[in-house]
Amino acid sequence: MSDQTNNNILDEVTKGEYKFGFYTDIENDLAPRGLTEDTIRFISAKKEEPEWMLEFRLKAFRHWQTLEEPEWAHLHHPPIDFQDIIYFAAPKKKPQLSSLDEVDPELLDTFDKLGISLDEQKRLAGVAVDAVIDSVSVKTTFQDTLAKHGIIFCSFSEAVKNHPELVKKYMGTVVPYTDNYYAALNSAVFSDGSFCYIPKGVRSPLELSTYFRINAANTGQFERTLIVAEEGGYVSYMEGCTAPMRDENQLHAAIVEIITMDDAEVKYSTVQNWYPGDKQGKGGVYNFVTKRGLCKGNRSKISWTQVETGSSITWKYPSCVLMGDNSIGEFYSVAVTNNFQQADTGSKMIHLGKNTRSTIISKGISAGKSNNSYRGLVKIMPGAINSRNFSQCDSLLLGDQCGAHTFPYIDTRNQSSIVEHEATTSKISEDQLFYCNQRGIDTEKAIGLIVNGYAKEVLNKLPMEFAVEAQKLLSITLEGSVG
Amino acid sequence: MLLNIKNLTVAIEGKEIIKGLNLQVNKGEVHAIMGPNGTGKSTLAAAITGREGYEVTEGEIWYKDQNIIEMDADERANLGIFLSFQYPVEIPGVSMTNFMRTAINAQREYRGLPPMPAGEFLKLMEEKKKLVDIHSKLTNRSVNEGFSGGEKKKNEIFQMALLEPTLAILDETDSGLDIDALRTVAKGVNELRSEENAFVVITHYQRLLEYIVPDFVHVMYDGKIVKSGSKNLALELEDKGYEWLKEHSLA
Amino acid sequence: MEKDTLQQALPLDQMLIAQYQKNKELITANDIQYVSKLREEAFQTFMESGFPHSGMEQWRHTDVDVLTEDAYLNEMEVPDTKKDIEELFRCDIHNFDTETVSMLNGWYIDKDSPLKTLPEGIVVGSFREAMKAYPQIFEKFYGKIAPRNANGFVQINTAMMQDGVFIWVPDGVKSAKTLQIIKIINKEEQLFVQSRNLIVLGKNSELSLMHCDDSVNQQSSLVNTVTEIFVDENANLELYKLQNLNDQSGLINSTFVQQMANSNIKTNTLTFNCGLIRNNIHVKLDGQGSHADVLGLYLMDKQQHIDNQIRIDHNVAHCTSNELFKGILDEEASAVFNGYIHVARDAQKTNAYQNNNNILLTPTATINTMPFLEIYADDVKCSHGATVGQLDQEAMFYIRSRGISAANARLLLMYAFAADIINEISIEALRQRIDDMVKKRLRGELSVCDKCVLHCGAPEKDYHFDIDLSKI
Repeated sequence: MSDQTNNNILDEVTKGEYKFGFYTDIENDLAPRGLTEDTIRFISAKKEEPEWMLEFRLKAFRHWQTLEEPEWAHLHHPPIDFQDIIYFAAPKKKPQLSSLDEVDPELLDTFDKLGISLDEQKRLAGVAVDAVIDSVSVKTTFQDTLAKHGIIFCSFSEAVKNHPELVKKYMGTVVPYTDNYYAALNSAVFSDGSFCYIPKGVRSPLELSTYFRINAANTGQFERTLIVAEEGGYVSYMEGCTAPMRDENQLHAAIVEIITMDDAEVKYSTVQNWYPGDKQGKGGVYNFVTKRGLCKGNRSKISWTQVETGSSITWKYPSCVLMGDNSIGEFYSVAVTNNFQQADTGSKMIHLGKNTRSTIISKGISAGKSNNSYRGLVKIMPGAINSRNFSQCDSLLLGDQCGAHTFPYIDTRNQSSIVEHEATTSKISEDQLFYCNQRGIDTEKAIGLIVNGYAKEVLNKLPMEFAVEAQKLLSITLEGSVG
Repeated sequence: MLLNIKNLTVAIEGKEIIKGLNLQVNKGEVHAIMGPNGTGKSTLAAAITGREGYEVTEGEIWYKDQNIIEMDADERANLGIFLSFQYPVEIPGVSMTNFMRTAINAQREYRGLPPMPAGEFLKLMEEKKKLVDIHSKLTNRSVNEGFSGGEKKKNEIFQMALLEPTLAILDETDSGLDIDALRTVAKGVNELRSEENAFVVITHYQRLLEYIVPDFVHVMYDGKIVKSGSKNLALELEDKGYEWLKEHSLA
Repeated sequence: MEKDTLQQALPLDQMLIAQYQKNKELITANDIQYVSKLREEAFQTFMESGFPHSGMEQWRHTDVDVLTEDAYLNEMEVPDTKKDIEELFRCDIHNFDTETVSMLNGWYIDKDSPLKTLPEGIVVGSFREAMKAYPQIFEKFYGKIAPRNANGFVQINTAMMQDGVFIWVPDGVKSAKTLQIIKIINKEEQLFVQSRNLIVLGKNSELSLMHCDDSVNQQSSLVNTVTEIFVDENANLELYKLQNLNDQSGLINSTFVQQMANSNIKTNTLTFNCGLIRNNIHVKLDGQGSHADVLGLYLMDKQQHIDNQIRIDHNVAHCTSNELFKGILDEEASAVFNGYIHVARDAQKTNAYQNNNNILLTPTATINTMPFLEIYADDVKCSHGATVGQLDQEAMFYIRSRGISAANARLLLMYAFAADIINEISIEALRQRIDDMVKKRLRGELSVCDKCVLHCGAPEKDYHFDIDLSKI
């Protein structure tokens, strides 16, 4: 096969169309463009929030004003005009829903297109869904079933209203609003999100899931998720996201906080598919997300799994603070960048407790003219005796116009711990391609097979339902090439 | 005629490896190609199967009445040409099952057939596994990953059994095999032999030919077939060594 | 020499700025015009940037403020220490016949001539002298291998350095003996010492070079060395750096290498002792087929700090590099490693390997390791790894079960860990000597006495070491 055909195939592979780019015509309630204290008061008032919540927002906003956008990541984008964003958009028919029949049919249609049915079929799949469109949670399914187990799964707004003591106790304890620029911004303007509370000794019988979608134009989405698992609790939580195709960039700055007490476990899986921009790099979502889990209790465990295929810019480092003795943190990631996408993503593992363990497996795939960076920190504090970390960061390059970078930071302050980091960079070998070709598999399919094989270690960590979706997404992102 | 190679010249990075080779293979025949290292045996296999970087500078390769020189490797494979690799490559993370299913369905698609249902495919796998005495566990693993030398070669024959090629080229399939594995591989090949297909067996030693008995033996030297004959030629060669051949070719 | 009492009262940067402005004539007295021009540019840059500080990403883990905020004496003229030169610089490595070049407090000290041509044709001598003798070489290479936007230490060196070592290996010339640069700091006052080296290897040439940094007394000093090395086509360089300064000293060592086609270098940076040390090594692979081995070993204890910043630029196709740094950290020592491999677009068929392994011996030792890769070409093989751990307890037990004491077992394992680097030393006599030094260092003997073991032939008892290879 000639170089020319090779190039054509790579072009083909890198030309995937975004399949979630539709826009739903839903009447919206919008905040005025721009960000001032008035905007924040507007958001808080719209949401009928208690005074303490407004105070929290204002404190965060005042702090945010003193900060500057971070520049250390391997990302390049024009400056973001934070005054040119609409910070709150909500479907107007904000409904007190008692059954699905009352949901705006346009909305239901939207979620159908996304392949998310909010109806009873989900029961069979064992998934409870909280759907967040633009800034507002529109429907949470299976609350009753979950309530029987004492599990609270609702929108963040509802939690503020119905469980203020829990929100007050935990919100901002893992990601304080002072944490970073985008965390401060989110704390000031967040509009909704999901809240999940697993009481002592309860293992959630359902997979919980949140779908996020940006729909309205010129809006930012700032959602916040808080998950608390009490002693011995367990939940597997999934998050998916999409956005319409628009020429302008949209901003998404979310916070996820997880707290696990003694022997509790939270598994958090993400399939991130925000609109990545077009082939010329126009449009797309700027995705600046702070995700952090606190293993507060002994023997607790937090596991992050992510498949990142969307967004024109991804800035995201799901982290674990391993405070409890013998606690475990895990991070499994597949990040695919194509066209002009840029990703700077990885994990932070902060070891504080004794005998803590962490694992980082990161698989980067770069195609087109994209840049894909792994950035991670492993920090072993003096008290974290006998701790272990293993990190493996592999990069795969498809084509010679992209970049793959690895920036690990290892900071060890204790002699009884062992930290290992390995990384490789490779391309698909011609031997592998020819082997597949010789068995009758064309090059495009072969690349797909090999890429999926390469990412398998991480895809295997996803809940079954998500794994299928993630494989499909890989095939969309690297169009047609993935079988 | 199934395969007709006419005056073939092949170069790698400008260096001529095959220098005007002719070979005719009919259905139902087994041809053995022998010769010392570096005479172009593997290059011939690569040229027939369409490996990149092997430039055909002269001549033609006719297969099923079409000149296949311009075809991509996967198209040639779908036309029924199979290569058992001398060094099968590892493909991490891709299970044998997934790999072969993709291959079979590619072939079916090429022939305008619908994909094979999963159940039927699994049944087919079980059936063919027995043929080469391949362990069930191997097919759950990634392609060739962590396979021993013998397992890799058996795996090649297993794939051949699944894909049912019309023309199978066995490139040094015997190298690195102990006698038991060699027997197993040969048994697999012999069971697949029929009036509808043909084999080209590339080997360095006569040993394999005791188990896969050829109809014709060709000896390659310096990019050409310098001598052809019956299976007895292999014995003669074993007896006299390749030195004899050099004298012969110079003569 | 007239003593400038004022200068010792100011922080270093202000003192240097004042000194430059006041003594420009003195500083540029030996210059060719080109060198003076670069001084002025670098000085302006330094005025704007100053010394690097811990707010800068690459200096985050190394606080040089503790050094630069102090007051130093910067000697502006050659000191008069001719008297004991022969004794001071006598080096006697068993079976190791070297051609030595000596520097005292940053000044080139010549036994015979300040610029000489060795029998095989290598030109070696004082930087000051060489620039007048070989202006065309200076104009071609000096200040061109170190990037113009380099950090404040490099800038102030370019602005104010007055001496150093110049080595020119003409085309086809091969060094008959290893050339050894011995640099010694010995002064009652707290000194700021700068030196500047320019090393040029012509086509098909070979040079084996050993570069020793030592301090003699216990007075603190800050040494700022910049070395530029050009390695032309098919040339071969071996460079050994031995760093063995006292606990009070700071060493900022910046080495910039440019390699042309099919050239080979091997650098081995062996750090035995120093209060604070920062090694910047930047290798640019600018010619196809070039190869760089960049190796290092650091054995630190007490409150010593080492920061190795290694950058390798694969700018063209078909180059290979191999980077391996290993460290053992005892007591409250801290270490930083930042390896940076940059593979430019189209630098296809690059093969780059990077590894950093560390052993921490105490709960108070710390390590920050950052093995980075930045890759813009797809047909490359790059890998990196980093490990932090302690001595293998199973191996410890195994050795002890054979009747070896815990202390010796520990020593044995540490030595085995360091051996990967030591075994890369290709000059047998030197390898044996380094091997010896490592063993002594690991036994804690070198840190008891912070003297240079390489001066074992010198008569003063103070720096005499009884090295008997048969004992180990």
